[in-house]
Amino acid sequence: MPVTPLDTTEVRRIAALAHLALTDDEIGLFGRQLAEILEYVRQIQSEDTTGVTPMSHASGGDAHERLDEPHTPLARPEALKNAPEAATEAGLFKVPRVMA
Amino acid sequence: MTDQRGPLAQARDQIRRGERTAEAVTREALDTIQRQEPSLAAFTAVATERALAQAVAIDQARSRGETLAPLAGVPIAVKDNISTKGVPTTAGSRVLAGYVPPYDATVVARLAAAGAIVVGKTNCDEFAMGSSTENSAFGATANPWALDRAPGGSSGGSAATVAARAVPASLGSDTGGSIRQPAAFCGIVGLKPTYGRVSRYGLLAFASSLDQIGPFAVTVDDAAAVLSVIAGQDRHDATSAAQPVPAWTTEGDTRGLRIGVPRAFIEGVDDSVGQAFEEALAVWQDRGATVMDIALPNASLAIPVYYLIATAEASSNLARYDGVRYGYRTALCPTDSLRDMYERTRDEGFGAEVKRRIMLGTYVLSAGYYDAYYLKAQQVRAKVRDDYAAAFKSVDVVATPTTPTPAFKLGEKTADPLQMYLADVFTVSANLAGVPAVSLPCGLSQDGLPIGCQLAARMWDEASLIRAGAAFQQATDWHWRTPTAIEGRESVRPPPPAAS
Repeated sequence: MPVTPLDTTEVRRIAALAHLALTDDEIGLFGRQLAEILEYVRQIQSEDTTGVTPMSHASGGDAHERLDEPHTPLARPEALKNAPEAATEAGLFKVPRVMA
Repeated sequence: MTDQRGPLAQARDQIRRGERTAEAVTREALDTIQRQEPSLAAFTAVATERALAQAVAIDQARSRGETLAPLAGVPIAVKDNISTKGVPTTAGSRVLAGYVPPYDATVVARLAAAGAIVVGKTNCDEFAMGSSTENSAFGATANPWALDRAPGGSSGGSAATVAARAVPASLGSDTGGSIRQPAAFCGIVGLKPTYGRVSRYGLLAFASSLDQIGPFAVTVDDAAAVLSVIAGQDRHDATSAAQPVPAWTTEGDTRGLRIGVPRAFIEGVDDSVGQAFEEALAVWQDRGATVMDIALPNASLAIPVYYLIATAEASSNLARYDGVRYGYRTALCPTDSLRDMYERTRDEGFGAEVKRRIMLGTYVLSAGYYDAYYLKAQQVRAKVRDDYAAAFKSVDVVATPTTPTPAFKLGEKTADPLQMYLADVFTVSANLAGVPAVSLPCGLSQDGLPIGCQLAARMWDEASLIRAGAAFQQATDWHWRTPTAIEGRESVRPPPPAAS
């Protein structure tokens, strides 16, 4: 059963929200595939959920808050070690210029 | 009755008695991995130095007369989405190329404290998103039973290496079946604990309300030994529960055990799967269990609910991969903005399935669609959970086949994401409800491919799964069947996907 693909403007809007620079091929592919998946998942919308409290997690309400105790965080050089680009001596991650 | 001491218990006992050194056991595992890798490609990294150093330290402790920890000297493989200090951890993604965690996940720290030797990291679908281990930047892993078939996923490498008897046990993660489905495809035991039983600290998050780490092993007894070590509250994970960790017994007495079977839900499975499943039920009945029909009226909605909730959570969890703090960054030119860097890094760093799920998750959380998709899915999720609660009023465990078919061929489902999602039809409900579930090897198809039977139990009642699983393994020998002639066979795996 052919499903109408999502409009390319819509696919581009979602990609922008998700910070993904999709290629034109990907826009076309995902437009078709997302439409098919959405068509399939839409079956839940006919389900009667009147008065049903949405379930956000399965931990049964016994999740705990951590104790407010001081601890030693990851040392700065350790944190910077995996950075694609860092100013190690200044202790900073480097990114493209954000102000002109 | 067959011997219940699996490869893990055997290695552990030999080391304790001084019949073998931890170093010898570890070297054998490392050698086997090395011989099998050309055929299986189950590993993304092998931690030879870290493993041998740990093993030597255990042998030295033993020679000083110190009491050995519960898993002293036992080699264990760890899925590549679980952080290991000093050992690359990529979750099968190009976006984490070169990432070496500065800390151990809690499960890894607990394994090390228990004397287990982490021998390496296993291949998986990228960020655990998939059911075949084909969505990995490292390329696919092969099923040791048939090298042209998928080992299942997403924890395919962890399942394949235990099935190939290279290591006695491994860790995987299960968000919608990613431990149980590969366990079924590879003919071994895979256990997803209750949500909150095992700390997720150091697990690279996919869907935080569903993810849970658990063991793969040959026997239920071995799996329970690993679970005993990794379970329990952890101050680093607020969702890890204060529930006491019981001493799980594997005596395997199933007299009085009530097994519920959702007949309507499991109609239409492959003949070989259906037959093996019925024979498994008969085994438990012979050992004093009662089998009765139950209804899980919302079970057929579990797949759509799962793919809405899991992708929504994933779109949020994967926002952190932006080329700033770790992993891959796109090549920049002077005119590029910060946003250009984010967007190109993510497009080039993530594979197709991960991008597809981020897109779907972003869509269902976006203005105008939230109520119709995400909120609705959360409500139907509550109904799926309530189905289980109702069933567990009259039964102790719910039994289904783990998968509708035995292992499918590599490449068979990659072109159609929806078909791949349906491979999880029997496994996702347990994650939505939070209940524990186990897959047990229960037969072989006519083609000689393993078949799995799944049991699910109440929250925190892994004890019933272990009891019923051990009883089954005492009466059967499916878990002792091994794939033949892995080594030296030509790999038929497709090459890794080209980087976009």
